Amino acid sequence: MIDYTGDNIISALGFTTEENYQAVKDGLSGISFHNSTATLPEAYQAAIINREQLHSSFAQHCSSDPDAYTDPEKAAILSALTAAAGAGIDLSSPDVLFIISSTKGNIHLLDLPDSFYDARSLYLWHSARQIASFFGNTNEPVTVSNACISGLCAQIAAMRELSDSRYKYAVVTGVDLLSRFIISGFQSLKALSPAPCRPFDISRNGLNLGEAAATIIYKKRSNNAEDNLPHDLHKKQCLAETKPLHAKTLNSSRILLVAGSVTNDANHISGPSRTGEGSLAALTDILQYADRSEIAFISAHGTATPYNDHMEAAAITRAGLNEIPVNSLKAFFGHTLGAAGILESIISTQALLDNNILPVPNFEQCEDEYPLVIPTENTPTQKQYFIKMMSGFGGCNAALLFQKTEKDGLVH
Amino acid sequence: MDLYINKYSYIAPGRIYPNISCESDGLSSIYRALNIDYPKFFKMDGMSKLGFLAVELLMIKEERTFNPRADIALICFNSSSSLNTDRQYHKSIFLDSYYPRPSLFVYTLPNIVTGEIAIRNKITGETSFYIFPEYNPEQIVRTVRQTLDGKPGHTAITGWIEYSDNVHEALMMQVSNRQESSADIPFSPEKAGELMQHLRSITINQ
Repeated sequence: MIDYTGDNIISALGFTTEENYQAVKDGLSGISFHNSTATLPEAYQAAIINREQLHSSFAQHCSSDPDAYTDPEKAAILSALTAAAGAGIDLSSPDVLFIISSTKGNIHLLDLPDSFYDARSLYLWHSARQIASFFGNTNEPVTVSNACISGLCAQIAAMRELSDSRYKYAVVTGVDLLSRFIISGFQSLKALSPAPCRPFDISRNGLNLGEAAATIIYKKRSNNAEDNLPHDLHKKQCLAETKPLHAKTLNSSRILLVAGSVTNDANHISGPSRTGEGSLAALTDILQYADRSEIAFISAHGTATPYNDHMEAAAITRAGLNEIPVNSLKAFFGHTLGAAGILESIISTQALLDNNILPVPNFEQCEDEYPLVIPTENTPTQKQYFIKMMSGFGGCNAALLFQKTEKDGLVH
Repeated sequence: MDLYINKYSYIAPGRIYPNISCESDGLSSIYRALNIDYPKFFKMDGMSKLGFLAVELLMIKEERTFNPRADIALICFNSSSSLNTDRQYHKSIFLDSYYPRPSLFVYTLPNIVTGEIAIRNKITGETSFYIFPEYNPEQIVRTVRQTLDGKPGHTAITGWIEYSDNVHEALMMQVSNRQESSADIPFSPEKAGELMQHLRSITINQ
């Protein structure tokens, strides 16, 4: 069990957690249509980070040579910087461990001639070091690359590191930006929908891609109850766009990451088990730690592919959770790959703190076989837990259990 | 919890442990020497073939029942992720000959090898992949230890699977809190480091 102590999202919907959550609550999607071009002959829908804003924000707040960092690295650095400023944490401290989650890193560089870039940039560990060393942090970062569930695996790694080792904080940053490599690849798999995606709807026909950088900062839970109270924010110079730490300290509620589980279907490398075996096992694992009647919602993977959503509906039903509202954020952000697990956990924690269950846009009707409760508007809740679940290529599945705690930080 | 390396396997050009007689260095030759009937092998990319075979070698003395095993965690590491296959896929999207190949694209993730090993061995526990600059026994021991924490009796199949243009190398270990034989090696950073050093330096033999 670890303390959630800071966060940030950089996505098509904005450069702060607040902007992103508010946009989703207002029903705004970051997904837009991209016409075919000479370099990508097939049109697609995707949620893209504003590159001008990324470059100017980086130039303004990260006083360093912009050419020394790739766009994914800039986004990750800016995200970690914002999260740390909001939480008042010094990232250069030896007590801080960086855990980086990405599926393809700087793969866009393959489009350039070899001489145009440092070959080491193609290695995820190099990007991770670039990010950590920007902050003067000398601990070797942990780099997780486990397909779409990477962002959840990275949070589980944080839980393990903070219980086991000397680190006091884990900065978990996920990033993936889109590229010809990624877009063409998903197009070749015929996995993309030509329209905005429709998670869990009976007429869904594929996913939309997205890009994001997202950071959660976790803190080791102390045996001393006082240490677990929200610490005073230093009056540091934060980024111009950052608003003060929001609902988390206003009502003194805190978020805990309680448990996590990773499993494998052992069935197929690019399609999920039809009956959701692995997903069910991950859910069953974390349910040991929850009072089911207190689960406010399940933030599913909900990519809107025919196979994925059916599989999740099967797993959720077989776990006996089919009366709990299920949502998906993919219609707002697209599938953000290595960032997804972190981004979607953040939005879901904001919702829990806001006592709100976010709706699924573009949803009309469930499939017959495993009907779920899919909210179509913002819905109030007083419950204390949510589940975040995802699945990925390679047959892997993950589920995390989050809990909102009372003012004194103690779990009642 | 004390952990032990119950058994290990190693594949690099000209060096295979446990030693089996192969016609040549190539991975297909190892496949044939192992007498496995698994046609899916030929669809895999280089990294998946390498990892798959390293685990087959690891299990060479076992009676294989292929029952689902939720008590096994598969934790792998490398430096280049799936870069070798990434470059091959990228060739299929060159501007002047744009034919994106889904059969290659599905292998452009490092954890597909763990997926292939899980399918073959029916591993339904945790499968994970981490990227480090080089074989780092301290990090590997720490990660495996943390993964097995709170799961006494569970087993980790873990190791390094690196497939790039210049080098292919796989070291796989079965780790548990059971001492299965007197030959078991304590699973410590020093011993895991010595093991790799030893395997990297053994005389080439066929």
